[in-house]
Amino acid sequence: MEIIKAENLTFRYEDSAKKVLEQFHLTIEKGSFTALLGHNGSGKSSLAKLFNGILLPEGGSVYVSGMDTKNEELLLEIRKNCGLVFQNPDNQLVASIIEDDVAFAPENLGVPSGEIRERVDDALKCVGMYEYRLRSPHHLSGGQKQRVAIAGIVAMRPSVIVLDEPTAMLDPKGRKEVVETILRLNRDYGITAILITHNMEEAALADRVVVMEKGKILLDGTPKEIFSQYEMLKQTGLDVPQITELSYKLHQAGFPVESCILSADELVEQILRVL
Amino acid sequence: MLKDITIGQYYPSESVVHKLDPRLKIVLSFIYIVAIFFIKNFWGFLVLGGLTIALSYAAKVPMKFLLKGLKPLLILMTITALLNLFMTDGEILWKWGVLRVTKEGIVMSAFMLLRIVFLVLGTSFLTYTTTPITLTSGMESLLKPFSKIGVPAHEIAMMMSIALRFIPTLIEETDKIMAAQKARGAALSEGNILKRAKALVPILIPLFVSAFRRADELAVAMESRCYHGGNDRTKLKELKYQKKDTIALILFVGAIAVILLCNLLGAAL
Repeated sequence: MEIIKAENLTFRYEDSAKKVLEQFHLTIEKGSFTALLGHNGSGKSSLAKLFNGILLPEGGSVYVSGMDTKNEELLLEIRKNCGLVFQNPDNQLVASIIEDDVAFAPENLGVPSGEIRERVDDALKCVGMYEYRLRSPHHLSGGQKQRVAIAGIVAMRPSVIVLDEPTAMLDPKGRKEVVETILRLNRDYGITAILITHNMEEAALADRVVVMEKGKILLDGTPKEIFSQYEMLKQTGLDVPQITELSYKLHQAGFPVESCILSADELVEQILRVL
Repeated sequence: MLKDITIGQYYPSESVVHKLDPRLKIVLSFIYIVAIFFIKNFWGFLVLGGLTIALSYAAKVPMKFLLKGLKPLLILMTITALLNLFMTDGEILWKWGVLRVTKEGIVMSAFMLLRIVFLVLGTSFLTYTTTPITLTSGMESLLKPFSKIGVPAHEIAMMMSIALRFIPTLIEETDKIMAAQKARGAALSEGNILKRAKALVPILIPLFVSAFRRADELAVAMESRCYHGGNDRTKLKELKYQKKDTIALILFVGAIAVILLCNLLGAAL
């Protein structure tokens, strides 16, 4: 079942002539984990904001669970359904105490106070930040802040969570924490995840990878299908995961390993077989 | 260095004072501030000092931590004390050129000093023991009756809580910008006042630019989290006026009454 549908989507910013997205089509299946790749300016971030009606399409439509984002009366319902997490965790935390911050969205939605407490506790446990609930965000590491930001979205009980480069400002440890959180949300809680990223290792974890270029879809498929197009990706200036790079080079050099391997374990296994 | 500023920050602890109704704490703080200006002699300040220590004990906020909040005000305090010391007319004790110290001046400057100290100490209890968001929801609730005459109670509360949330972030950012400008050879602590003021420009401009960018991103993030103003908003922590609040009110007002009664002892001094 599709949960997000972009149809004939055209978009440009008010003060610019250049179209960010043109005749863009994309459907996202319920419960899936999609990675969106592409250069800066390829329209990924605008797309994320079009998904929950922060930006509105110039032409075409975006549907979230069948609701048109142009319908202003449905806006809150759409935003509740489709949560957005941004790059800089500092700029999305509203409150000075973590549990108060996580409570922000349910408060806006007018959820009764007893249920807010329940939702906040659940959301914080879900991202593994429950013990920190009474702390203030500026004492946390980047990865922890970002997980709190995710909890703030989870507390809305959304069906889709769109993450716009959530790991770009984090150190490797923070990245790992956030990526694991996203995977858990998707697998254990059944939340549809859309991850916008520049990191190919993260993209390789998704069920589906969509590569965008100049407001259009360049490639769309499973990570394996996408990263096996090594030459094409390199030509557009994108990368492949390091493991894939290694397996490709080994394959090119004549070793009997597959050219597109996505996990270290798999590559180790194949190399051992060769040895 | 900028990290030392503690005014407006919360000191997490599970004390009784922390759990009091924020509305009560705000009202009591006002009473406290007014009372400070009615103190006429040192007995009053002595009792006030006792009250402050008792509060620090009850709130489980160490005195050391409270006193740290005075540090940024040291210059202001010195200037106030000196001005009062030299500018008060009265019985001259010591004279040198235009400078003269009077008996009244000494008393006055000690008074002023004590007033500032207790003003800061007392009011910082409010922010130390109340999370900014509780504090602002207290404000919001106190201001609500005025929203009928056009006071934007919710908006004021929201702005305050955001401002408070971003104080540490912006302080950190200022530190970073200062370090970056120093690395580029900016002399921030050299030269006369005019030069130093000029040296602040390359710090303030990036700070403002970044603050605007942050504000922009925050607004989008808030909208994404279904923020649509103060209508039909609920609260995680609903404010409840409880029995312990009444007890605190009685105790506090009693203490203030004792402090004001000390004015009657004035003749003794």
